[in-house]
Amino acid sequence: MAFNYANWLRQDLMPHIWCPGCGIGIVLKSAIRAMESLGWNQDTIGFVSGIGCTSRAPGYVDMNTLHTTHGRALTFATGLKMAAPDKNVVVMAGDGDSAAIGGNHLIHSCRRNINITMIIVNNEIYGMTGGQFSPTTPGGARAATAPYGNIDPGFDLCKLTIAAGATYVARGHVANGIYLERLIKGGMAHKGFAVIEVMSNCHTQYGRRNQHPDPAELIEHIASNAVMLTKWDKMTPEEKSGKYPIGVLHKETDKPEYCESFYKLQQHAQERVRDASRKIAEAEAMKPKREGAGGEPSEN
Amino acid sequence: MTHNKDRVFWAGNETIAEAALRAGCNFYAGYPITPSSEIAALLSLRLPQTGGVFLQMEDEIAAMGAVVGGSLGGAKAMTATSGPGFSLKQENIGYAIMSETPCVIVDVQRGGPSTGAPTAPAQSDIMQARWGTHGDHSMIALTPGTPAEVYRETVRAFHLSEAYRTPVMLLIDEIIAHTTESFDIPTDEDLGPIHPRTWYQERYGANSFRPFHDFYQGKHIHITGLSHNERGFATTTPAIIQRGIEHLVNKIELNQKEIERNDTYMLEDAEIALIAFGSPGRASKEAVDIARAEGIKAGLMRIITFWPFPTATIRELVDKVRAVIVPEMNMGMLRGEVERAAMRRDVQLHGVNCVGGVPIEPQQVIDKIREVYRGL
Repeated sequence: MAFNYANWLRQDLMPHIWCPGCGIGIVLKSAIRAMESLGWNQDTIGFVSGIGCTSRAPGYVDMNTLHTTHGRALTFATGLKMAAPDKNVVVMAGDGDSAAIGGNHLIHSCRRNINITMIIVNNEIYGMTGGQFSPTTPGGARAATAPYGNIDPGFDLCKLTIAAGATYVARGHVANGIYLERLIKGGMAHKGFAVIEVMSNCHTQYGRRNQHPDPAELIEHIASNAVMLTKWDKMTPEEKSGKYPIGVLHKETDKPEYCESFYKLQQHAQERVRDASRKIAEAEAMKPKREGAGGEPSEN
Repeated sequence: MTHNKDRVFWAGNETIAEAALRAGCNFYAGYPITPSSEIAALLSLRLPQTGGVFLQMEDEIAAMGAVVGGSLGGAKAMTATSGPGFSLKQENIGYAIMSETPCVIVDVQRGGPSTGAPTAPAQSDIMQARWGTHGDHSMIALTPGTPAEVYRETVRAFHLSEAYRTPVMLLIDEIIAHTTESFDIPTDEDLGPIHPRTWYQERYGANSFRPFHDFYQGKHIHITGLSHNERGFATTTPAIIQRGIEHLVNKIELNQKEIERNDTYMLEDAEIALIAFGSPGRASKEAVDIARAEGIKAGLMRIITFWPFPTATIRELVDKVRAVIVPEMNMGMLRGEVERAAMRRDVQLHGVNCVGGVPIEPQQVIDKIREVYRGL
């Protein structure tokens, strides 16, 4: 049976701003299916984004949605999560948003291991601003600001976030939405900071400058370079060239989650206040009562 | 002297932290910077005790983002910073203005530009408080000058931020931050009731250009920094954009009477008026006493609500005096606003400007009063 998206979308706000053939819709639909399959109630979801094409996603989904400033989505999400830790917080951001201007917030969110799901749509370009090279644009690729080819080495966002301390890191791509849904669901169900990098297509700004102007063809190209992790581990460095691994690349469950650590800190602080109050009360009770002396201290 | 258990001996930073807790603040996010450090240190101790959240973020920008996120999650949220940190926070302060998210930002001013003279006192962030973030908007900024006033104005900052659904700035200078003095904590009666968020939602619900709800209240609201319609969704319709910006300005400017607060001293018959805020207000008060003893009719207006600026009040004052002196720890930011308020009226306008990182002393002010008096 076909999935019914009607309850999850603000259909009165359509049409959306994305180009025909854009991969962001596939990612958003996969995320929605993951939320429903986890039984999440829309009222209990805070869906947060920054600025860019991907970051327009929260405007179209029917839940508590927060469209923030460029690169800063994780900072707002961290505040929102700490203020209401029982609610689910999901962030969706592009590669420029999360890895360039928001890079500091990304690594520190990983370090804290706060229970937030971060979906990074990596189309290897700044789409909304006109196709400038991003921190994930491949070497040699043409961009609006790299007319001679890109010389900036790129980030491997999965390696970066694993190194920074994220406890669930997965990579998928937009050619396989069913598998993507499973990866996102795994991240949402995980207690801790979860990163799902999604290799996606921007034929408008990236593809047309780099011999992939057709969206379907570009998506096929992206899929053709993906290798399941089990196979990837057996490949030689030569075979790995130009390819990337997909699947759950990293998962650990024994690292403390930040909201829980803070809750324990609160309990400890309150216990210390209770202890101190008890000791003061005991000391007061031990004091000898003086005949005729009032409770009030001297005014001298 | 009578014994009073509510009499305390606190520095300004300490006072702000304790007053914030009294106002119901249960969320702080910040980044280390002097001379505001003690506020964060104290709240890292106190907030967990009261069930609140304390976050030390990776940078100033992140701290301001977390404050807005915390506020949308239903918390009474604040941050504190100083000069360079205040510059970094401007981006997300703009977001709080645009998204009409209540929060309190404390700026303990130090000298600039850039790293400046850490952590010597200055009052040179007052224009950044007003215009630091890009785009058109109004602003509420409070500049208390005495310990008890710091306490009261901290509580009032939370009240105003929730009532007007806007970030409120509390600006003090390093002298007020680090001067320890004894004062009586205001009583409940004196302070007025402390309200929960829902109280403001019921009474001020119409005072907003987006749905007046926090997250997770079943309303599925959308919040954006884009120009938006009354439902909170992005718009490109010029008339709606215009209405939205006018709303951001008018909701504060048209309620100036409720927001404005000043303190006056011996102004009734004054020929020379001093206009000051923060710690120079105290040096000015002493200078007024000295001048009066010498037979010079001097008086003082001390500004407590700096923004929106008390333009009408100052215009009225300027009409009654022959000269105005503005002592301030910057090169004339307040004097410029006074000049604007005076609207070319026939009055002498002088400044006492100290930007060397030391307090303005009463001697500097009385010297200027005598000089101006001789020339009248």
